[in-house]
Amino acid sequence: MEIQFKTVNRFLIPIFVVAAATFCSLAFAQGQTQQAGSARSQRVAPNIDGWGDNRPLSPSAAPAPVHDISGIWDPGPRGVQQLGAGAMPEDGKPEHQLPYTAEGLAKLNLTEPSNGVRTVLPVDSNDPAWHCDPQGLPREDLFELRTTQIFQTPEKVLLLYEYGKVWRVVWSDGRELPKNPEPRWFGYSVGKWEDDYTFVVTSAGMDERTWIDRAGRPHSSDLRVEERFHRVDHDHLELTVVINDPKMYTKPWVALDKLKFNLEPPNFDVREMMCSPSELAEYDKLMGEPASGKDSH
Amino acid sequence: MKVLMALALAVNIVVVSAPLSAHHGDAIYDLTAKNVTLKGTVTEWLWANPHCVLRFDVNDNGQVAHWVAETTAPPSLINRGWTKESLKAGDQVTITVLPVKNGRTVGRLIEVIFPDGQKLPRGSGE
Repeated sequence: MEIQFKTVNRFLIPIFVVAAATFCSLAFAQGQTQQAGSARSQRVAPNIDGWGDNRPLSPSAAPAPVHDISGIWDPGPRGVQQLGAGAMPEDGKPEHQLPYTAEGLAKLNLTEPSNGVRTVLPVDSNDPAWHCDPQGLPREDLFELRTTQIFQTPEKVLLLYEYGKVWRVVWSDGRELPKNPEPRWFGYSVGKWEDDYTFVVTSAGMDERTWIDRAGRPHSSDLRVEERFHRVDHDHLELTVVINDPKMYTKPWVALDKLKFNLEPPNFDVREMMCSPSELAEYDKLMGEPASGKDSH
Repeated sequence: MKVLMALALAVNIVVVSAPLSAHHGDAIYDLTAKNVTLKGTVTEWLWANPHCVLRFDVNDNGQVAHWVAETTAPPSLINRGWTKESLKAGDQVTITVLPVKNGRTVGRLIEVIFPDGQKLPRGSGE
């Protein structure tokens, strides 16, 4: 017994010593990495896309200009919303349970997202945007909302989104939404100034194939979306999104609640993030299929 | 004793902290699992959407394991120090990954350490 104990010690003690030393060095290395990452982030020039930095909102700035939401606006990581609408993520918490109608719940159960509490393997998801279908509205606000450029003319407001290089037109010339329109991925949008600093956009006519968010929340052809762009001051914008679809939900619900954007300088170079079918196919072949046990291995 | 030795050796490849969730889903990962650190040779660095992918080979006593590790999209990686030229075939690097649940040599890229000690952290936020 004593011999066995000594034998065990002879092998194990050096191994545990090495293990402990390695663990400590790796833990130290990780700390160093975090410091290095922080230092690297601090060196980022101000005129390139700052997405990915957990930058705090800049201090309060000059007063907002009247009837003007134009600019290059960066929501930072807050805009990704990978578990679904930022104000109502599908995380299983009771307070985030949406007020589904029976029809809404039935349609929800047909969606198979690859994030959230109902997640399936990526290759099994029926997310229409997985294979690069347009996200549509309101999902463009509710998944991968990145740097957004806003331009204004006397007749319309143009929104240029980073993800997918999507652009939208919001008519501000006083026209009404079309009656019984042909469906579009991004529907039809009209907007008006509610006060000097708040531009309210109403949209309808969205294609029923789109999901409301990454978590597969459904909508019908009766969906109305309200987007409230409120310029808090010169450098800050807030976006609130309200979903109203009586077929799917018993009452309107807030999908984004005052999501904050920082104003970037005019020379800010917005990067490109596209859904590319060929790159996605390569990703599926290399990652998604073997990770899901769906390849020929 | 074999079990104890395996446990002790396993501790050698443990790295702390779980990564953030992914744009394209966490179902393939056990987010409570331990990361592993491997010494490997880069075979390909794909700078692409929706995720950049690193392919590398690990030689384990003559047996070569072909690994694939995903990270985030180029816009998210750039501010973390990554570029299209960060890695090239033939580079000898130390790579930390979170392996997928099914045991395949596939995972999420956490960190790369170059022979001169320089490191590249992954992008954050997705």
